[in-house]
Amino acid sequence: MIADLLIVAAIVALALPVVLARSAFTAVALFVAYGLLLAFAWVRLDAVDVALTEAAIGAGLSGVLLLGAARRLAGGPPVEDAPPGKAQVALIGVGCAGLAVALGAVILALPDPAPSLAEPVMANIAAIEVGNPVTAVLMGFRGLDTLLEAAVLVLAVVALWALAPDAAWGAAPGWRQPPATDGPLALLARVLPPIGVVVAVHILWVGADAPGGKFQAAAILAAMWLLPWMAGIAAPPPISRAWLRIVIAAGPVAFILAGFAGSVLQGAFLAYPPGYAKAVIIAVEVVLTASIAVALALLVLGPPAEDRGA
Amino acid sequence: MSATIFGLLGAALVGIGLFGLLVRRDALLRILAFNLLGGGVFLVFGAVARRGAGAGLPADPVPQAIILTGIVVAFAATTLAVALVLRLAAAKDRG
Repeated sequence: MIADLLIVAAIVALALPVVLARSAFTAVALFVAYGLLLAFAWVRLDAVDVALTEAAIGAGLSGVLLLGAARRLAGGPPVEDAPPGKAQVALIGVGCAGLAVALGAVILALPDPAPSLAEPVMANIAAIEVGNPVTAVLMGFRGLDTLLEAAVLVLAVVALWALAPDAAWGAAPGWRQPPATDGPLALLARVLPPIGVVVAVHILWVGADAPGGKFQAAAILAAMWLLPWMAGIAAPPPISRAWLRIVIAAGPVAFILAGFAGSVLQGAFLAYPPGYAKAVIIAVEVVLTASIAVALALLVLGPPAEDRGA
Repeated sequence: MSATIFGLLGAALVGIGLFGLLVRRDALLRILAFNLLGGGVFLVFGAVARRGAGAGLPADPVPQAIILTGIVVAFAATTLAVALVLRLAAAKDRG
């Protein structure tokens, strides 16, 4: 209770200055801290799978992306829109506060006992053959959502690459980083990736029966790929490489093939044959992890930039 | 109890995020505010999941799985928004 209130106070204390900060750089730094604290909130809500994802993606990968963007945008042309007037700001403030209060009232008025799908999930989890109920939902009961989400990541990479200037098409993504010869980054970029890869494989493997899984593992793998790039000791592969595109698409394709195999063998899309459910799920998850990791890293890197060779 | 406290935090974050989205003019700050708003929505959903504890589970796993999916999709949308802002800035630089 007191721990909850402390976490809530800290999150509000970080979220308010994010929207009030003078510089984008300050706001991003506060936002990363906010993401880490939010992970604690997820632990307190007994959502350890979500907490791992929030820490890895919400704080880690977002932090790299947003700090890089804030640095590139610093010193750019000022915003052209006219600032909102004082009366307008006050009106917006009252409106947003009203919305928050209304939403809070809805939460206080939620029905008791709460409707829940926990019982049907536990009643049927044996058919999915995995011990972690969240993984069972992701790969089994709501497998179609996860499949579509994997497809969204592929689409996001395609949309991102479409932003590349014509002259840079097919080149390596992102901006060239100056090589870090000493300091913590140069050391971490060499020491951390082997450890990180082992941790990621462990999180993927235990995800079947304990908190963890492909999203968390993929986020860690992506971070381990980004570290040497940030330190300037390894360049990302050009986006024209065929293997890169194959790896990104392999996960959704494997998932769809497993789905159609279910159609043929079991008479329903994404139905798993009894006795082989766990094997199929793990196989699809391994391929998906590779695809998601590469897609996440490419999303953080951004499209190929024109000033790369300059 | 935790569910209600963090649900109310989610409601507050929705208000804070929407305020930043409407009042700030800097594109990057608007993206951050939008993420605060999204985090608030996820927390409200997480509170609903926590209230749905049962069958020996501390929380309803279905909303939790959907939140996981949502966080990854929100991240993909954020990267795209950031890339658009950077491209716009580069286009302005060239005149």
